[in-house]
Amino acid sequence: MELIHLKGTEDTPKIVLDKSAGLFEISGRSLPEDAAEFYQPILDWLEKYATQANSSTNFHFKLEYFNTASSKLILDVLSKLEAVPGANITWYYHEDDEDMEEAGEEFSELVDVPFEFQTY
Amino acid sequence: MKYIYDLHRTMLKQNLILVYEGEFTQEITKSVLAMAERNMDAFGEESGIKRKVFNVMVECLQNICKHAEGFDVEMYGHNSAIFMIGKHKDEYVITSGNAIANDRVSDMTRKLEQINALDKDGLKELYKEVIKNGSLSEKGGAGLGFIDMARKSGQKLSYDFEPINDHLSFFSLRTTISRSNNG
Repeated sequence: MELIHLKGTEDTPKIVLDKSAGLFEISGRSLPEDAAEFYQPILDWLEKYATQANSSTNFHFKLEYFNTASSKLILDVLSKLEAVPGANITWYYHEDDEDMEEAGEEFSELVDVPFEFQTY
Repeated sequence: MKYIYDLHRTMLKQNLILVYEGEFTQEITKSVLAMAERNMDAFGEESGIKRKVFNVMVECLQNICKHAEGFDVEMYGHNSAIFMIGKHKDEYVITSGNAIANDRVSDMTRKLEQINALDKDGLKELYKEVIKNGSLSEKGGAGLGFIDMARKSGQKLSYDFEPINDHLSFFSLRTTISRSNNG
């Protein structure tokens, strides 16, 4: 599969989707003008990946900030991961960022994928 | 030229650290955010408070980008609106004002009344319900902005609609963020 490697900007997150290296990461800030358009290639990639997934997929979310439009799309990403056998999420949050911790907990209650929480 | 001094004094009196009036775009949003961040960094604002202010600012600014209507477009641009941040001893006050179509007033009032009637847990439930069952509007909004602002603020949202003409009303919104840590 082709790999996706997007550098983070001030309003879009860094994204790494690399099947052969086993790296799956969304990190940084997400407040794009058009969240649906920005996340569509990610959703397409994950749909394809689900049919040929590695035996385990550890997906890292290390977000500093995301807006509400992005939160809807992050839920879509997580929903795609429900279809990936052996997928699990590591949700990182800054140790004093209760809102990001709570956001992760809420997502974990909305989808059927194992979550692990880690502070940084 | 006295209006310059008057405006300056008004800003000082209202403790306004940033006012932007004009057309709103994603580029402007990023600039306004960067200015407010630098301002808060400069006096060493606590990171948790900074994050909440940033959060409410983004929702506020992107609401304007997506939903503000233009009036006298030739003179003022497509979505002329105003955005302000006031820094007081105990709180930040984030205010915005923009034109909206009159036929949206009752729907927005209902939404805001519903949000203001809920406590912390009620807002959390509403958020989860909307994120799960809602879909993105054609303008790309998730219908979560006001809910998120109320959650981050922990206080009621203040709002007002002032008639402009037969088609438009001026929508003002004020969100407060406490500067003490238990907020």
